[in-house]
Amino acid sequence: MSYKGIIARYAEVPGGIIEAFHAVEKEFSFLPEEAIAEAARVFKVPAAEAYGVASFYSMFSTETRGKNIIRLCESAPCHIAGAAEVVAALEKELGIRMGESTNDGLFALEFTECVGQCQATPVITINSKPYLDVTPDIIPNILAEYK
Amino acid sequence: MAEEMRIVLRNYGKIDPLNIDEYIAAGGYKALEKAKGMNQIDLIEEVKKSNLRGRGGAGFNCGQKWFFANQANADQKYVVCNADEGEPGTYKDRLIMQGDPQSVLEGMAVCAYAIGANKGFIYCRGEYPYVVDILNQAIDQAKAKGVLGDFDIEVRMGAGAYVCGEETALIESIEGHRGEPRFKPPFPGVEGLWGKPTIINNVETFANIPVIVEKGADWYASIGAPSYPGTKVLTLTGDINNKTFFEVPTSTTIKEVVYELGGGVAGGKKFKAVQIGGTSGGFIPESLLDTTISFDAMSAIGATLGSGAVFVMDETRDMVDVVSKITKFFEHESCGKCAPCREGTARMNELVGKIKGGQGSSADITLLKKLGGVMSIACLCGLGQAAPAPVLTTLGHFAADYEDKLV
Repeated sequence: MSYKGIIARYAEVPGGIIEAFHAVEKEFSFLPEEAIAEAARVFKVPAAEAYGVASFYSMFSTETRGKNIIRLCESAPCHIAGAAEVVAALEKELGIRMGESTNDGLFALEFTECVGQCQATPVITINSKPYLDVTPDIIPNILAEYK
Repeated sequence: MAEEMRIVLRNYGKIDPLNIDEYIAAGGYKALEKAKGMNQIDLIEEVKKSNLRGRGGAGFNCGQKWFFANQANADQKYVVCNADEGEPGTYKDRLIMQGDPQSVLEGMAVCAYAIGANKGFIYCRGEYPYVVDILNQAIDQAKAKGVLGDFDIEVRMGAGAYVCGEETALIESIEGHRGEPRFKPPFPGVEGLWGKPTIINNVETFANIPVIVEKGADWYASIGAPSYPGTKVLTLTGDINNKTFFEVPTSTTIKEVVYELGGGVAGGKKFKAVQIGGTSGGFIPESLLDTTISFDAMSAIGATLGSGAVFVMDETRDMVDVVSKITKFFEHESCGKCAPCREGTARMNELVGKIKGGQGSSADITLLKKLGGVMSIACLCGLGQAAPAPVLTTLGHFAADYEDKLV
């Protein structure tokens, strides 16, 4: 579906611009500039304000990024459980650094703060699905699900 | 011996959360029926008398808050459930919503009747899309059963902003804006969502409501610490044997939580510190472990109960290393609206990083303490006010970790 069609679905929702952005991201993995401008028109706010909303929330990206978004928690409980080793393993496996996307457009690698699965640290999420007690050696298997 | 007592998790693991009939069979929605048979003021008095205080961290008397919204004159009022659980190390609201979503809806419906609202929102953090699905199914079932009457509930999803746990920032976000806190007063109970009187309570607070209505204020007030009665759901993380959750009366001590329920420090190592209440909580040394987890007892030792996260660190942990993650967190999560927080969190992270990197001096320690003191009173909202606590409490209780690194 086009971003116009997606945004139109939320036109009657008061304050629905954030819900609309979520829906656009689900389809495109980021918020294209035209989609932000379209949302500004639909929700009757200045483009600057719509961009301000898009850039405020860390789950939204205004730059293109890989389809499957891998987020790694860097909050204290995951940190002391060995998150740094998971970072190194993910970077090695994907051949990119944190904050980058793979050339084939399949993966984006990002830091996040706590994702609320602290009973089994360290934690990563892929497209918000949590993976618990992650160790470097299980990363290839996890990524294989998305290849 | 410390024991669990399940009030908000009364149905956790016992019923199918996606089947409203099982909730009703377990006594669900009887409290709402009872509440609707009461006069609104009598109902609010009952909640007030139970002395239930907000479980989101601020600890305000729930009934008192409801009373303000009840008294406000308006054509429209709102009930909002704060499910923007974002404190690192915390997942209690997720447990409640995943395990017993109807208890939250029922608590909200009781509040709606008490203040005269017909519209509610649940603001669930963006990291929990699978919880949003559960909530939507639960709402659909409740509507189909007709148990909520004319009270309508809608779920809205956050998008990764810790500050949106602050109630006025949360309101801004529901309205579709950047999640920047508002100046208070006016408080949301008087002027909240779209300018209308709004009650915002935490998931855990709402989940307590049906039981209080059913069993009465006196019963509830007699549990745990008198000044902060009831139970608290705690989530244990870090270097602890039992990395899991417990619901305990608020008269339980930290020592009981760590050593009895938590099974002690993992790997046979010695205890060094525990941080309670999430990432903005104070660090507590061994000498203060006999403190009870109740709100006021924690405040008295310069700590907080907060969200109920219990993060244990063993003797091998360097406090400066752990704190450096926390100062980075706050620099990232500061919304930037007020200067003391925007600049303060950045400078604090810079100074801690400098010390961690072996470049700091005693003058930097003095500066950190001064900066922390200023931020705790000058920042606009709770985020900035609480941000210095981990730094200040570790400087107080674990000064050696810093001093070892000074030039």
